[in-house]
Amino acid sequence: MDRLMQYIELGWNFIAAHEVLRSLFAAVCVLVFMLGVVLVVIWMERKVSADIQSRIGPIRTGGPLGFVLQSLADALKLLLKEDLKPRGADCWPFYVAPYLVFLPAFMAYLILPFSATWIPQDIKVGILYYSAVSSVPVLGLAMAGWASNNKWSLLGGLRSAAQLVSYEIPLALAMLAAVILHGTLQTGAIVANQWQHWWLIIFTLPSLAIFLTAGMAEVSRTPFDLPEAESELVAGFNTEYSGMRFATFFLSEFSASFFISALAVTLFLGGWSLWGIDLWFAQHVLGWNTTAWDLANPATIPLLMKVFWFGVFVVKSFIVLWVLMWVKWTMPRLRIDQVLNFGWKVLLPIALLNLLFVSLVGLYVKRTNVEPIRLSLQQVAPVVVMQEAQRE
Amino acid sequence: MPLRDFRLPEFDAPEVILPPGELEHETTIVNMGPQHPSTHGVLRLVLKLDGETVLRLVPVIGYLHRGKEKLAEQRTYTMIIPYTDRLDYLASMYMNLGYVRAVEQLLGIETPERGKYLRTAVAELQRLASHLLWLGSFALDLGATTVFLYTFREREIVVDLFEKLCGARLTYNYMRFGGVAADCPPGWVDEVRDYLDLQQARLAEYEAILTDNPVFRVRTEGIGIISAQEALNYGLSGPTLRGSGVAFDVRKADPYDAYGELDFNVITAQEGDCFARYRVRMDEMRESLNIVRQCLPRLQVPGEVSAKLPRVIKPPAGEAYARVEAPRGDFGVFVVSDGSASPVRLRFRSPSFANLSALDHMCRGMKLADVVAILGSIDIVLGEVDR
Repeated sequence: MDRLMQYIELGWNFIAAHEVLRSLFAAVCVLVFMLGVVLVVIWMERKVSADIQSRIGPIRTGGPLGFVLQSLADALKLLLKEDLKPRGADCWPFYVAPYLVFLPAFMAYLILPFSATWIPQDIKVGILYYSAVSSVPVLGLAMAGWASNNKWSLLGGLRSAAQLVSYEIPLALAMLAAVILHGTLQTGAIVANQWQHWWLIIFTLPSLAIFLTAGMAEVSRTPFDLPEAESELVAGFNTEYSGMRFATFFLSEFSASFFISALAVTLFLGGWSLWGIDLWFAQHVLGWNTTAWDLANPATIPLLMKVFWFGVFVVKSFIVLWVLMWVKWTMPRLRIDQVLNFGWKVLLPIALLNLLFVSLVGLYVKRTNVEPIRLSLQQVAPVVVMQEAQRE
Repeated sequence: MPLRDFRLPEFDAPEVILPPGELEHETTIVNMGPQHPSTHGVLRLVLKLDGETVLRLVPVIGYLHRGKEKLAEQRTYTMIIPYTDRLDYLASMYMNLGYVRAVEQLLGIETPERGKYLRTAVAELQRLASHLLWLGSFALDLGATTVFLYTFREREIVVDLFEKLCGARLTYNYMRFGGVAADCPPGWVDEVRDYLDLQQARLAEYEAILTDNPVFRVRTEGIGIISAQEALNYGLSGPTLRGSGVAFDVRKADPYDAYGELDFNVITAQEGDCFARYRVRMDEMRESLNIVRQCLPRLQVPGEVSAKLPRVIKPPAGEAYARVEAPRGDFGVFVVSDGSASPVRLRFRSPSFANLSALDHMCRGMKLADVVAILGSIDIVLGEVDR
């Protein structure tokens, strides 16, 4: 047993010592986490919808393990289905499109701070990275719609292109509010800041509302599920897809849903932290010396605490996702022109006003010399300009 | 017929003239149905689209044609009743009732008092069931899946009540010449009363989830408008007509069964859009609850439910036309008899068919998503359109 632990430690040290291996390890961990979470999310979607609609939902598969096995069984079934390609379909884009949607959904997970110091890739421009990555799926959806050689798919693809591009801007503006308030684009640092200054949550709540609204549109959930509105477009861009390619679309959609909730938690709801309650608990109940903890130095924080924080993060994300599910199962669907109008004429001005409000708060916080602003506003401004320029 | 060979004079009509300065658009012809998820059965629509805007729309019907009217000429009068079940299969009681009343006119017989009230109560319960199903599928067309499950839950109760009455859950075959097939079982009236109370409360629940929902409002208000005059010109009837502000209801205009003795209102709305039609049907459900409530005390009084008739019915030569206010509108039946055991000619005037004809008019200039909403708000049943 000791021998085994020794080997594990040796292996771990080897991985940790090499940047490439470490990244690879992190990526594999994230992939496993993402797939695992999607299984649960799909089951949860079915259970929550059943609950709202006074049904029971899936109960037969897996018994007490049904929350994982049900979706696993569904995925297996899809895997065994024939992979059809309609006659006249544009072969290459048709086959590539699902993965072009799936890959960014996976890449986005890399910037999530799962726990203090558990960040797969703690990029300095994490938020910028996400907004870059999140614009790639549009390509995949439009490709799928175009390549299927089906008018309904084409309409679905065009709708998703229009919708996703429109809602990226309010989404980015809402994220920017958090960036300005916390003075950093680094997701880990944003959470650490909220951990220390829990009261900032009051100022981020409007941004949260904007973020979730735009986020629902980004991941095409009702009332914004236009791209695949089944009562109008049969199944939208994925009408002609079957088997594993369809499953890939499905997977990316649900992983994106979870990601939006997780990012909302990270940016506005304190991420893995419990707004200082966790600290108080560790200090007064467990008697740990929390003042010696340093986020920059992982060894100073007990592993148990990190695992606890990871749990907090996952639970919080699921709660936000749960709220999104209520909305999905109570709302009718908007029309495509109404969706675009709402995005440009309502959500965008509100997001801009919110940005102004948050900037003023940030300025005040800075004036009164409260710690949270790490970068000064002058340093953030060029980033804002850059982001806008990249958009155009 | 494949889509590329689809030629209709409507499609060759001059294009909508664009205001000067606007780019010329290329139009597409899209086939919607007969296997499309929201064409309510086997309706096929051929749409001419400019982007997502509908320029023209042509309903292609006949996928469910079974030749009911011709079949009837080979059957005896009693054998035809189950055929009528399959017309509007969501409101079979009304289809039975319309046909049975036409033959009663030929025979010149009266229904006993209890039979009349039983018919009326059952008919209004059927209207409730039909409107509930409409509400669910209408909401489903708009993307609100939850309401569908709610309304089906309550519709199930009505279907159970009918099952206790006649043994069938969809095709009832319950009405007979001069009455109904069977009296209601003991305790049935109390069950109906319980259901009415439950439904009253549940209607408020549906309204809470839909009526004031901003998304529902923007999807239905101002969509698919048809004016009162146009509605009359197209021969619309039922809630689709009353939604345009015309207070025409066969139950008031030409009272049959017990309706003359009951107190109820004709519900109308002025706007003529999808939301108006929605409101009319919602209020009609309340009105139906009232009517059934008024019938219940009379159902406590025992009596005959059907007139005595010979086994083989041979009505005297002549013709008769009877109409009932079915959930989808004015359902008429025309029977011609030559004195033999089967009719010379039987003809159904189906409200869905007339209502469907106005679809093109309502949809022009609307978006693709609105077509689904408008079609849902008209509430057609293909069994009745195609016959």
